[in-house]
Amino acid sequence: MPHRWQLNMAPGVTQTARNAYHAHMIALWVCVVIGIIVFGAMAYAMFKFRKSKGAVPAQWSHNTKAEVIWTVIPILILVAMAWPATQYLVHQSDTSNPVLTVKITGYQWKWRYEYVDYEGKPTGVNFMSKLDADSDKTRQLKSGLDPHAVKVGEEATYLLNVDKPLVLPTNAKIRFVITADDVIHAWWVPALGWKTDAIPDIINDAWTLIETPGTYRGQCAELCGQDHGFMPIVVEAKPKAEFDQWLAGQQAAAAPAVPTAAPAAAAPQG
Amino acid sequence: MATHAATDHHADHHDDHDHKPAGFWDRWVFTTNHKDIGTLYLVFAFVMFCIGGAMSGVIRAELMSPGLQFVEPYFFNQMTTVHALVMIFGGVMPAFVGLGNWMIPLQIGAPDMALPRMNNWSFWIMPFAFTVLLLTLFLPGGAPAGGWTLYPPLSLQGGSAVAFAIFAIHMMGISSIMGAINIIATILNMRAPGMDLLKMPLFVWTWLITAFLLIAVMPVLAGAVTMLLTDKFFGTSFFNAAGGGDPVMFQHIFWFFGHPEVYIMILPAFGVVSEIIPTFARKPLFGYQAMVYATASIAFLSFIVWAHHMFTVGMPLGGELFFMYATMMIAVPTGVKVFNWVSTMWKGSMTFETPMLWAIGFVILFTIGGFSGLMLAIVPADFQYHDTYFVVAHFHYVLVTGALFSIIAAVYYWFPKWTGRHYSEKWGKFHFWWTIVFVNLLFFPQHFLGLAGMPRRIPDYNVAFADWNLISSIGAFGMLCTPVFMFLILWHAKKHGPKATTQVWEGAHGLEWTVPSPAPHHTFTTPPVIRASDLAHGDPTH
Repeated sequence: MPHRWQLNMAPGVTQTARNAYHAHMIALWVCVVIGIIVFGAMAYAMFKFRKSKGAVPAQWSHNTKAEVIWTVIPILILVAMAWPATQYLVHQSDTSNPVLTVKITGYQWKWRYEYVDYEGKPTGVNFMSKLDADSDKTRQLKSGLDPHAVKVGEEATYLLNVDKPLVLPTNAKIRFVITADDVIHAWWVPALGWKTDAIPDIINDAWTLIETPGTYRGQCAELCGQDHGFMPIVVEAKPKAEFDQWLAGQQAAAAPAVPTAAPAAAAPQG
Repeated sequence: MATHAATDHHADHHDDHDHKPAGFWDRWVFTTNHKDIGTLYLVFAFVMFCIGGAMSGVIRAELMSPGLQFVEPYFFNQMTTVHALVMIFGGVMPAFVGLGNWMIPLQIGAPDMALPRMNNWSFWIMPFAFTVLLLTLFLPGGAPAGGWTLYPPLSLQGGSAVAFAIFAIHMMGISSIMGAINIIATILNMRAPGMDLLKMPLFVWTWLITAFLLIAVMPVLAGAVTMLLTDKFFGTSFFNAAGGGDPVMFQHIFWFFGHPEVYIMILPAFGVVSEIIPTFARKPLFGYQAMVYATASIAFLSFIVWAHHMFTVGMPLGGELFFMYATMMIAVPTGVKVFNWVSTMWKGSMTFETPMLWAIGFVILFTIGGFSGLMLAIVPADFQYHDTYFVVAHFHYVLVTGALFSIIAAVYYWFPKWTGRHYSEKWGKFHFWWTIVFVNLLFFPQHFLGLAGMPRRIPDYNVAFADWNLISSIGAFGMLCTPVFMFLILWHAKKHGPKATTQVWEGAHGLEWTVPSPAPHHTFTTPPVIRASDLAHGDPTH
C-alpha cells in the first residue's frame, strides 16, 4: 500500500521488486552526485563570476582535456549502472519451471484470473475480479461520499480494493500469462516489482515469487478507456498450506454436482 | 540591464521606411515576410499554450482531491489527450518554428526564407488543423480520449472524432514538413558570404538538424495514423491481431516518430540557450564544435531508442538490453552540452537579465528532467516507473522547464530586436521567479506520486496520494497565471517600453544585432559584410 506523503519507491516483497528498488536507488544516487557537482559549479560561477563583482570575462572557449574527461567518465558511470541492470533483467526473463501458472486477462474494466495449472495439474478455477462496491459507489461523480471512509480494517482502500482478490501461494514460482480481451491494459502490483502489458490476441509472460504473506494492491497501468482508473488489482499471498486449502475450496465450489467429475473436463481451454 | 536604457535615435528612423503592406489582410493573411510569419507562429503558439493550459487546469482541478468532483472520467481522458496534442503540435513546435522564422534569416544574413509563399502556407494550415482538432470536443462522443499516443485498439473506440483528429494530424504534419523543407533550403542556400556552416550560430545549427528530424519522422506519423484510419473505417487489420496485424506494431511505428519528435522539441531549445548564456556571461560559448557534434549525435541516437517507451510490451531480453544501452548513451552528448554551458559561465562576467534567468532555469531544470530520463532508461526500474506519474514528472520537466522555458527565454531575449522596445526587467524577473516556484510545486511532487505507485492518466486515486496531488494542483493554479503575466509584460513593453538599441545586450554577438531595433520589415536585401564578431558565439575552430 502507498502511504501518505510517500517519497520513494518501496522495496516490495520479491527479489524482482528489490532489484527494481536497487536499480532505482543506484540511478538516483548517481544523479544526485552528478547534480551536486554540476549545480554546485553553476552556483559557484553565478556568485563568483558576476559583472557586479567586477569579474572580467576570460576569452577561452575550449579545453580538450576537460572535454575528454567529461565524455569518458560518464561512459564509465553508465557501464557501472548498466551492469547490475543487465543482471536483473536476465533474472527476470526466465519464466521456466513454475509451480503455478495463472492466466490474466484484462477486460474493460476488470480482470479475469484463471489458475491454469498448479503442481502440474489443471485446477479449473477461474473468476473475475473488479472494483469493490464501496469504492464504486464513492467514485461516482459528485457522489458526496468521502473516499477516506472506504476502508478495510484500518487500511484506506479507496480504488485499491476488489470484490475477489487473486490468491497466490508464497515461496512458489508463479508464472503469469497475460493477455486482454478488448484493448491494451497493464497488470501492475508495485510490491511484486514489475508490470506487463495485457494486449489483445497477444500473450505475454512474467513470473513472481512472493516471500511474505500479505495483501498487495495495484492498478491497471495502461490507459484503457473511461474506467481505466477503476480496475484495481489485489493479490493475497498465503503460505502454501493455506493456499492449498483455499484452492480446494474454490475447486469444490466450481465443480459440478457430480462429486467425482473428471478434473480435466473442468479445465479451461486456454 | 547594461545597455537598454540608452536610446538609439538612428534606429527609430528606420521605422517609417519599411514598406510594410498596408491593411490587415495584405499584411498578415497574404504575408510572405519571414518576420511577420514568425510573429504569426508565435501568437498562434501563445493562444495554443493558453488553450492547452486551460485543459491542464481542468485536469489538475479534478485531481486536486480524491473523488470525482468536476468531470466524468471520459471527459477527463479527452482533456489529457487533447492537452498533449495541443501543447506538442500547437504550442511547442509552432513556437520554435516562429523563432526559427524570425531569427534564422537574421542570423545568417538572408533577406527572407528561401520559399516565402510556402512559408505562408505552412503557417496558415495550422489554425485550420487546430480548429478541426478542437471542434471534436463538441462532436457527439467527444474528442479523442485514447491518449495522445493513439494506441489501438483503444483509440479506435472513439467515434467520428478519430477521423477528424487524424485529418488534423495530417495537416499539422504537412505544415511541419513544409516548414522544415523551408528551413533547410534557407540555411543551405541563403547564408551570406563568409557564413560557413561551422560558423553559424548554434540556434541555426540546432534548427538545421531539427528540420532533418522533422522530414524524417513526420511522414512516419502520417503513415501510422493513416493505418489507424483505414483500420477503423475501411476494414483493414494493420493493428488487429485477429486479422493478421499487430497492435504492438503501432507502438513501434508511433515511437519511431515519437522519440525523434521529443528531440524536435528540445534541440532548438539547446540552440536558444547556447545563444543566451554566452551573451550574458560575456564569454564565448565553450566548445562550439562539440555542441554541434553533440546535437548531431543526439539526433542520430533519437532514431535507435524508440522502444524505451515500450519496455513493458513484452519485448525479448535482447531487445530490452539494446534499447536500454542505446538510451543510456544519450546521456553522454547531453552531458557534454550541460558541461559546456556551465563552462561558458565559468570565469565569465555574468549579469542576470530576464533571458539569462530563464536560460539558467532551463539548464538546471532540464538537467533534472534528464536525470529522471536516465533513470527511466534502466529497464528493471522502468518496470516500476513505466506509466506512472514519475514519467509525467519527467516529460514535463523536459518539455515545460526545458522547451517552454527556452521559448520564453528566447522571446525575452529577442523581443527588443523584434519590437524596438524593452520589457520591464522588474516584471520579467517577477514572471521568472513566480514560475520557478509554481512549476516546481506542480511537477516535482509528481516524482513522489509515481514512485509511490500512482498510475498516470487516471481521474481519481487512493487517498494516500491526496497530499502530493493537492500540492501539485496548487502549483498548477499558480502556473495558470503566467500567460497573463507574460501577455501584460510584453503588451506594456510594446506600447510603453523604453527604446532598444541596435546591440540591445552588451555581450550579444551575431548578425541579428547589426540590424536596427526594431528589425526593419526587410533586412539584408544585400548580403552583409561579415566581421568575426558577427559570427557565432565561441571559437568555430573548436
